[in-house]
Amino acid sequence: MSPEITVVRPGALTTVQDAGRPGHAHLGVPRSGALDAPALRLANRLLGNDPDAAALETTVTGCALRPGRAVTVVVGGAPCPVTVDGRPAAWGTPVHVPAGAVLDAGTVTAGLRSYVAVAGGVAVAPVLGSRSTDLLSGLGPEPLRAGDVLPLGAPAGRTALPGAAPWPAPPGELVLPLRPGPRADWFTAAALRTLFSATYRVSPHSNRVGLRTEGPPLERARPGELPSEGMVLGAVQVPPDGRPVVFLNDHPTTGGYPVIGVVAEPGLASAAQAPAGTPVRFTPG
Amino acid sequence: MTGERPLTVRTAGRHALLVDLPDAERTAAFHAELLRRRAAGTLPPVEEIVPGARTVLLDGVSDPAALARRLARWDVPARAAGTGGVAEIPVRYDGPDLADVAALWGIRPQEVAARHSSYTYRVAFCGFAPGFGYLTGLPGPLHVPRRDTPRTRVPAGAVGLAGPYTAVYPRATPGGWQLIGTMADPGRLWDLTRDEPALLTPGTRVRFVAEDETA
Repeated sequence: MSPEITVVRPGALTTVQDAGRPGHAHLGVPRSGALDAPALRLANRLLGNDPDAAALETTVTGCALRPGRAVTVVVGGAPCPVTVDGRPAAWGTPVHVPAGAVLDAGTVTAGLRSYVAVAGGVAVAPVLGSRSTDLLSGLGPEPLRAGDVLPLGAPAGRTALPGAAPWPAPPGELVLPLRPGPRADWFTAAALRTLFSATYRVSPHSNRVGLRTEGPPLERARPGELPSEGMVLGAVQVPPDGRPVVFLNDHPTTGGYPVIGVVAEPGLASAAQAPAGTPVRFTPG
Repeated sequence: MTGERPLTVRTAGRHALLVDLPDAERTAAFHAELLRRRAAGTLPPVEEIVPGARTVLLDGVSDPAALARRLARWDVPARAAGTGGVAEIPVRYDGPDLADVAALWGIRPQEVAARHSSYTYRVAFCGFAPGFGYLTGLPGPLHVPRRDTPRTRVPAGAVGLAGPYTAVYPRATPGGWQLIGTMADPGRLWDLTRDEPALLTPGTRVRFVAEDETA
């Protein structure tokens, strides 16, 4: 049978993701890539794939797939029930899926985004060096639909990580280490104290572009917009409503709202797994 | 405060620096100097060099503090030399806001084409969408505000004006710029089959060529 996999159930939003396409921000191209990058890498290592091989990133409701030939998969990231042709299978470790059987990664029991990695990786055509779906600018494959057929790569022949790996639990509280700047001086001293002392909550309007928050607004020391400037991953932009937005992988490359601080990358993997309503605390770091 | 110092280096997280420049001209010069030094192999590895209106972002830097100290000592030529490339963009000046722009410029609508196509522009920075370049070079008196109400759909190839910038939309998107014309083959602006997909990369000079209305 051909080395490909058919989408039986795409779930709420399932995209192809790898390490993304950094290096093109000056052309207006977002970096994209897996939001929970450590989860993608761990799933790939358990299969002997290149750590940054392309896999599927699901959103809350998982997805179901039917391989054309027998494949080994790992479902990791956000925990969820896993079945093969309706029979329970393991989450977080390699699972054998016979040719024509249906692998179903179900609705998450915690967190937001599960990763379905397949031995050999998903081998859709790369765009600017990456297979990632970029939801902001539309580069890479469209979000999956039922009936889509995805080509698979040849297994890399690396030694797979043995056995049960320690998957971090999705956060009950999201603690984000934040270094102030580059535009902290656009805010009052009180705003910075608020940012580091108040509890925010993850807004339901969050997506791959940014984690939006609800909480006390941050007061500006000066009005107006900045001339457009480059934005980094993890930048905490503060729009006119005063509620901080943490930029995730599909963030715009330039923007005009001031960035009060930048969240370090380890915090962003947790942010990828924080459902709406999760308490958020920014800590100096 | 700015203007006193040639540049201010700000920290953007653990791996990036945001360099503030006093104006667009010195931003272009600093950006050109960064590219020159990177090509010469005298710049430490940087993953992204992203110009903005009056900033350049250096992202993916292993030792930002050390690079910041070096940048502060740089002697940057005041004006960027032309980077060589000139992109020519044929335009049919038939945009829906032509009359409004003519009124703001104090000329007749049929004179907008000659005026807009008389300048050589430069791509100051990109953003908004892949291949969308913000072009500077329009004299101050010709700067126009955005439309009060943005359009829900601006077609690919639309040539627009907003503030100090002019631009061409690489693809259909919502947009609030004042539209004065149309580029016939906007597919050239962003073509993934080329080694360099963007026609308008930062630093590129741009000329608009007015197409004959009757052609």
